[in-house]
Amino acid sequence: MAAPQAKQTTTEARLDGVSVPKGAAWITSLREAALGRVREMGLPGRRDEYWKFTRPESLTVAEVPHAAIHDAGSESELFGEMDRLKLVFVDGVFDADQSDAAALDAVSIERLSEAAGADIHWARDVYGTLEERGQKPVLRPMATLNTALAEDGMLIHVTGKAAKPIHLVNVQASETSDAMLHHVVKLDAGASLTMLENGPAGARYNTVMEVDVADGATFHHVRAQGRDHERRAATHVFARLATESVFKSFTLTANGVLTRNESVIEFTGDDATAHVAGAVLGDGDDFHHDDTVFITHDAERCESRQVFKKVLHNGATGVFQGKILVKAGAQKTDGYQISQSLLLDGDSQFLAKPELEIYADDVVCSHGSTSGAIDEDALYYMRARGIPKPIATNLLTLSFLAQAVEEIEDEGLRDEINDRLTSWLEQELG
Amino acid sequence: MLKIKNLHVDLEEEDKTILKGVDLAVEAGKVHAIMGPNGSGKSTLSYVLSGRDGYKVTEGSATLGGVDLLELEPEERAAAGLFLAFQYPVEIPGVGNMTFMRTAVNAQRKARGEEELSAADFLKAVREKAKTLNIDADMLKRPVNVGFSGGEKKRNEILQMAMLAPKMCILDETDSGLDVDAMKLVAKGVNALREEGRGFLVITHYQRLLDHIVPDVVHIMSDGKIIKSGGPELAQEVERDGYENLKSEVA
Repeated sequence: MAAPQAKQTTTEARLDGVSVPKGAAWITSLREAALGRVREMGLPGRRDEYWKFTRPESLTVAEVPHAAIHDAGSESELFGEMDRLKLVFVDGVFDADQSDAAALDAVSIERLSEAAGADIHWARDVYGTLEERGQKPVLRPMATLNTALAEDGMLIHVTGKAAKPIHLVNVQASETSDAMLHHVVKLDAGASLTMLENGPAGARYNTVMEVDVADGATFHHVRAQGRDHERRAATHVFARLATESVFKSFTLTANGVLTRNESVIEFTGDDATAHVAGAVLGDGDDFHHDDTVFITHDAERCESRQVFKKVLHNGATGVFQGKILVKAGAQKTDGYQISQSLLLDGDSQFLAKPELEIYADDVVCSHGSTSGAIDEDALYYMRARGIPKPIATNLLTLSFLAQAVEEIEDEGLRDEINDRLTSWLEQELG
Repeated sequence: MLKIKNLHVDLEEEDKTILKGVDLAVEAGKVHAIMGPNGSGKSTLSYVLSGRDGYKVTEGSATLGGVDLLELEPEERAAAGLFLAFQYPVEIPGVGNMTFMRTAVNAQRKARGEEELSAADFLKAVREKAKTLNIDADMLKRPVNVGFSGGEKKRNEILQMAMLAPKMCILDETDSGLDVDAMKLVAKGVNALREEGRGFLVITHYQRLLDHIVPDVVHIMSDGKIIKSGGPELAQEVERDGYENLKSEVA
């Protein structure tokens, strides 16, 4: 089915004069096919149900909206004290000089732009494959655009237990950069890796991370998007989970005028686990943050968990669209979803669309969504003990977000995120 | 130390007068008790003094050591030395009891221009005081009042009071929900502070708490006013004859 006229116009404007990056035959055919798919489905438009709460124009227009570069001041580097392998991208281009040597036992790390030149590559079975699987039943054209056009990113193959995390550090250097990064992570049976990620990849960025988790493998993802106020982001994580595998992803977001974080997870093997969580601090009426999650249970006895918490003030907007789809035969599924917002003033808003669609008869699934103001009784109690209002508000805000932060399994990472959250909160709310 | 003069208070949301001219003066080291039937305005008095929203002072004044309380924010009143032990201590999920107390202690010290307590000094002090109130380490670690029994919540209030060392303490129905053992612990905590010259205003329904915290003065409150004041024997009289009798006697 061809897209409506308005959509075709937007799509053609964006794709005008665009061609897929140079590469070997295998990746060129994948990219060409993706470009064809984008033309077919069209880029997101305001009338699309899936973009009902978030206006996609600034993500799809050909000209990148200007975004000032955030000055982090004296703030220390996130995860800076941890033993990790650092890979740095500046405006979406890998910077080898600032990065650690890509050498880690049981892990092969290659740049997409280099691997794309190889005649044969393992990534051909994953690159764009998980993204394409994630197009049903809801179209995600921004991800397909990324598959077609991304030149850089990392192809990571994990064959055993990685001794330390890989840290993707994104740096914005230009006020009009338009970054696209496409990462592929393939974990063999029993392998494990922790991926850390932070920083704005560009003034505007579109990222895709495809994660293929084989039997008994474990993937942890901890990400911080912070205080780079003007950038716009569309991020996508696609994960395919085999038998007894584990996938856990946490994202902390503070500021950013537009953020759309999509997580698309598919259980294909039995007894696997997927946890996705997010904590958000939104400030200002130009703040818009959208978590869109789709979890497909197509195997037995899998457990999925979504925990999303947003603190919104000064007219900020938060969106949550989360769905659990339990296919026929996915018996003993355990699905849980909670999305909550703390609205610090009457101008802020939280838009939530929680969904369950279940075709198996022996499952436990629950979902809940709430919006509330700060607990006035608690605030008064704290003030009556001498705690000034801003500090009391901060403590209550932290306690509200704690449930999401606690989803981070590793204590060291959890502390690191908590410390950063506390310091951002002090800067936000004073 | 605490001086309340001709205090008139309305509810902000409704056109309703709760306090209709309260006069009261509590001196350092003294314990004053306020007794009275439900709806007489006892708790409102404690809320108005501590700065809770929802009340409008239409007349009169309240000062602590000469400082006009009614002009201050709740946290400023606390820093000035006022403490209210809540009738219903609030549960705060996600905020640790220790973090809460240390933040409060240091915020008050900071507001008074004093040096903040180090983590080690704070810990030492809190452990010492918790021990005398029979508060175990687990209660200190848990989120504020979450999962605490009624008695534990009240003991936690007294622990906060001991840590904050206020000049003037208001105890709002602290005896409600307490068994005899817990009441003795609470009374012990109060009496220790009393000896240091702190002032107390004990709001209670029944006389039984006053067996353990023996007041210097007892006031009977009814319909927003203090209708009678006397010594500890007045509490006994209420216990024996009830409030109705007293009211008609005054009338």
